[in-house]
Amino acid sequence: MAVRFVSSNIISSLGFSTEENFQNLLLAKVGIQTFNDPLLYPSPFLAACIHQAELEERWNETNQKVVIATRLEKMLILSITEALSKTKIDISSSRTAILLSTTKGNIDLLNPIESIDPERLLLWKLGEFIGHYFGNPNPVRVVTNACISGVLAINTAAMMLKGERFDHIIVVGADLVTRFVVSGFMSFLSLSQTPCKPFDRDRDGLSLGEAAGTLILEKTSFPEKGDILFAGGATANDANHISGPSRTAEGSVIAIQNAMSEAGFAAKEIDHINAHGTATRYNDDMESIAIQRLGLSESPVNSYKGSWGHTLGAAGIIETATLIESMKTDTILPTAGFHTPGTTEKLIVTKEPLSKPLNTCLKLASGFGGCNAALVLNKK
Amino acid sequence: MTPQITAFCHIKKNQVFLNGKSIFSAGSEVDMREFVKSAFRNTGTKYPKFFKMDDYSKLGFLAAEVLMKEVDESTIEDKSTGIVLSNNHSTLTTDQLFQDSIQSDEAFFPSPSVFVYTLPNIMAGEIAIRHHITGENAFFVSSAFDPDWHTLYINQLFESKKVSACLSGWVEMDDQSLDAFVYYVEEANDQRDESMQHTVEKLNNLYKINDK
Repeated sequence: MAVRFVSSNIISSLGFSTEENFQNLLLAKVGIQTFNDPLLYPSPFLAACIHQAELEERWNETNQKVVIATRLEKMLILSITEALSKTKIDISSSRTAILLSTTKGNIDLLNPIESIDPERLLLWKLGEFIGHYFGNPNPVRVVTNACISGVLAINTAAMMLKGERFDHIIVVGADLVTRFVVSGFMSFLSLSQTPCKPFDRDRDGLSLGEAAGTLILEKTSFPEKGDILFAGGATANDANHISGPSRTAEGSVIAIQNAMSEAGFAAKEIDHINAHGTATRYNDDMESIAIQRLGLSESPVNSYKGSWGHTLGAAGIIETATLIESMKTDTILPTAGFHTPGTTEKLIVTKEPLSKPLNTCLKLASGFGGCNAALVLNKK
Repeated sequence: MTPQITAFCHIKKNQVFLNGKSIFSAGSEVDMREFVKSAFRNTGTKYPKFFKMDDYSKLGFLAAEVLMKEVDESTIEDKSTGIVLSNNHSTLTTDQLFQDSIQSDEAFFPSPSVFVYTLPNIMAGEIAIRHHITGENAFFVSSAFDPDWHTLYINQLFESKKVSACLSGWVEMDDQSLDAFVYYVEEANDQRDESMQHTVEKLNNLYKINDK
């Protein structure tokens, strides 16, 4: 029995489909720009936001049920709808389940919006709303584990498929750029003054982004050549600090080791690593240490966050969806914002697109609370 | 083999129960937040950082502290002990507190020490630091404690050898009430009580054992 990825969608500052996002990342385009919106933050700040007019236009085309939805719910529904449209999967089947990944969900409903049930501020209620929209009979499980939520949700989906109950899991994730989140990261002094520069010597913090993403996983006894399979996944905790990564990369090392051991691959077999790469000094140094400690330093590393920012609960999903495209086309994407190496341990960070057979790849994520996640993908 | 529950702790209605027996209580007139603090002092643990945590983390941390006194921590293989928690409100009370500090431009004082607690898994991070637990982590949100999901997820973690023990449970709080049910699951062992298997039925029973 294998678990394969059958479809995906990405809605971000760089487009409304996986294909459009992939093409823009291939060109190292940057969706991060300056916003001067006192409702979001009292002074100008940088972020990567979804094109509002296009989102509304697509919503009006799609929403034939005339449901009244929040901005986040529109993103989630549009993302699932597009990913699903490329498959024949029945979302109303009891053999299909939905997993939702988000950190803050409809947090903007702390200021109630007329005609929206204020209870949808609760993450499980948001999940229920999405499940009802698609007529899915199963409870929508909600994963909320800081910035590893997306990767954890994919690992969880693969685990659910190992049991008897389900044939398909739809993993969907989203988070918004809100006053809440911008003010929080500002208070941590962790936002960059310029579009973020992952793994660069001069990196000075992260950029926030908003996105929604969907990955559809399928259980199969007969994987076909070229299929991208879920090979292994794990999480681990640093048990060290709640708002900063371990200086020895302890949790990340354990997560990677366990994911690789489940997948049955050794370090020399990892062709490429898509890192968390937030562009904070501590995160990128920590990842360089984990990669070095595990003998993975020969694998080219990149981060997509220089293009669409840190999209929190969506990050693990849209980044894995992009990594899958990368594997299908045997092309490692460039790291927008990266120019000069400057991490504790030396890494091979891709500046330009790089053609290389990509059979086995590693996806990393880390977050507040000392949490770390790793995921291994393999091409059949 | 189905893993087994080796200890469990309830905290609700100003009472702390360990393995079904009341070990600490306060009168109903005592504010629930004050109750949590005095219950923590009662454990005898000196940990000043506890008093800086938000209300959710305090509650989860207290439950874990009571529970882990039942576990021989020297036997923990930290790398393969997991923490899997869930609740209903995520961190809504703390979210509201942070929102109040940013609501207007005139009174705009966002604090990083409040913001960090607007993620529910911070509670797991605090517990991980205290008990040196570095294994699998997950936080889920559901409308009520969901034994079906907890057994499905955690038993699968055991089956795939990702954990050999797991601290798990439900840590819920809103403005009016709190409800924590935290338990420890370990690999099945012949010496252990078979009636304590980590099943949906057992979790349902244990969750309600102190409802009177």
